[in-house]
Amino acid sequence: MTARLRWRKFVSGFMLTMTGICAIVAVAVLFFILGYLVYHGGASISWNFFTKLPAPVGESGGGMANAIVGSAKLLLLAALIGVPIGFLGAIYLAEFSGSTVAFVVRYAADLLNGVPSIVIGIFAYSLAVLPFKHFSTLAGGLALGVMMIPITLRSTEEFLRAVPRALREGAMALGASKSKTIATVIVPAAYRGILTAILLAFARVAGETAPLLFTAFGSRFWSPGWNQPTASLPVMIFTYAIAPYEDWHRQAWAAGLVLLGLILVINILARAILSRGIAVPRS
Amino acid sequence: MASTTTTVHGAGPFAGSRSFISRLRESDEIVRLITFLFAASVVLVTILLVYELWIGSALPRHKFGFHFFVTSVWDPIFDQFGALPFIYGTLVTAGVALFLAVPLGIGAAIFLAELAPATVSDTLEFFIDLLAAVPSVIYGLLGVFIVIPMMREYIQPALKKSLGFLPLFQGPAYGVGFLTAGIVLAIMVIPYIISVSREVLLSVPRDQREAALGLGSTRWESTWKVVVPFARTGIMGSIFLALARALGETMAVTMVVGNTPTISASLFAPGYSIAAVIANEFTEATGDLYLQSLIELGLVLFLLTFILNGLARLLIVATSQRGSGIQT
Repeated sequence: MTARLRWRKFVSGFMLTMTGICAIVAVAVLFFILGYLVYHGGASISWNFFTKLPAPVGESGGGMANAIVGSAKLLLLAALIGVPIGFLGAIYLAEFSGSTVAFVVRYAADLLNGVPSIVIGIFAYSLAVLPFKHFSTLAGGLALGVMMIPITLRSTEEFLRAVPRALREGAMALGASKSKTIATVIVPAAYRGILTAILLAFARVAGETAPLLFTAFGSRFWSPGWNQPTASLPVMIFTYAIAPYEDWHRQAWAAGLVLLGLILVINILARAILSRGIAVPRS
Repeated sequence: MASTTTTVHGAGPFAGSRSFISRLRESDEIVRLITFLFAASVVLVTILLVYELWIGSALPRHKFGFHFFVTSVWDPIFDQFGALPFIYGTLVTAGVALFLAVPLGIGAAIFLAELAPATVSDTLEFFIDLLAAVPSVIYGLLGVFIVIPMMREYIQPALKKSLGFLPLFQGPAYGVGFLTAGIVLAIMVIPYIISVSREVLLSVPRDQREAALGLGSTRWESTWKVVVPFARTGIMGSIFLALARALGETMAVTMVVGNTPTISASLFAPGYSIAAVIANEFTEATGDLYLQSLIELGLVLFLLTFILNGLARLLIVATSQRGSGIQT
């Protein structure tokens, strides 16, 4: 009996240790990725990377200034589409809607959220590239914007719902109209969560590559206008990584470091806004 | 309008308050209408997406019908399109990914939910969330420059030596291929499995654990025989979620799978996936049938992930309701 008990205790200890190892391995991957990117990308990042255009094929040097600006333009467009729809739609869901409409909208948002990004790319292509017969920054922004909608909508709604009932009732009891209550009480009470939701959605689409491949396409020069193709950081990483040039690989690492750095900073910032004190202990 | 308001204000508190309230109601109605339009646009976008995919793939649907899914000739020059190698590649890479990611992910989730102190658990969960935020092109970058050489030099030869009698591990070691894509995908989906499974495990009521421990089971026995079965459906949900991710993943797979439309029993062989072929050939597709065949592949991908995501959500909701009260 004691032998059996000892065996059971051994199994218990062993298996629990194994789960710990699993957790450590999973987290170690993050530090491995970061370390590798800093090691490879840090060596090839330079002032030129941020200020110069890509060098002609075969020449070394050059940078990705156009891709950085291109990504910024795409993200701006995405925010212009994703944030208003997500935010105002969430207000309707949380404050006005009946349960049937809410169910339909939520269902559509969840469905949209699960659509693979490449399929979103096809969608933006048929809406904004095919009719105009050329790739454009606008089409890329549309694709990213569509991806932002469900993420912003669902989490904003949750934060709005988390606002205590007493606050709403207090405002209503003072005679404020519903719209006034929303604008001056509910949204301010939930603004931290809403900001987090928007930032996380932003970080999510900032690294998206697949939907840009055949919407914003790519370019080795400054984009001449909003209805013309533009370079973007994720697509540059992709094309440079699979190209056969040593110098391009270095630039891909540098771009990867910049992109990942940006995304992680936005993520950490978003979480810090939400839960002050946990992520950024204030001394 | 402005003049009416001023006269009403002068007229006395009661008359004023009535029109004041009705005016407020009006503004409420306007806000309601505007926000409704934005909410409805979400539904509209979704319907439009399905519509575009359906209309956009009309040609191959009529020309090939069901043969599209069971033939494996992909020849743009002779306008013959069969999707079987892509479907096969997508399923195999996702299968390999789950085979590797499920044990590791659930193990880590058990550690985070059952064993680790709350602060450790939350800190690790924070890192896991960051890991989930790493864009797929970065995984692809690391796949190209780290995983592929490592596979070619070490892992594939070692597998061949030890398990080479299996048809799974035969053929030349190129580095790229189903196995490599599966490994990169596994790394990508592990955070999803961990996050959701941890949440589900945490929602298991405390008395379930205490009852098991009180009956004399060890810590592991209470976890494995009581807590995990209780959360089983939710964990299945997290796996479906991960599967949907793995099926739809584009960039990382495109960069490491080898991009060759072949069906091979060996995991070492280079292959292709649905998402990868769309990414590679969409811009070069000449001719309507070619382009629409790619869009039909997109439709297939959409339907697959739609079904899986729906199932996943059902399972997760079912579990959290069973353990209601603790769920956030």
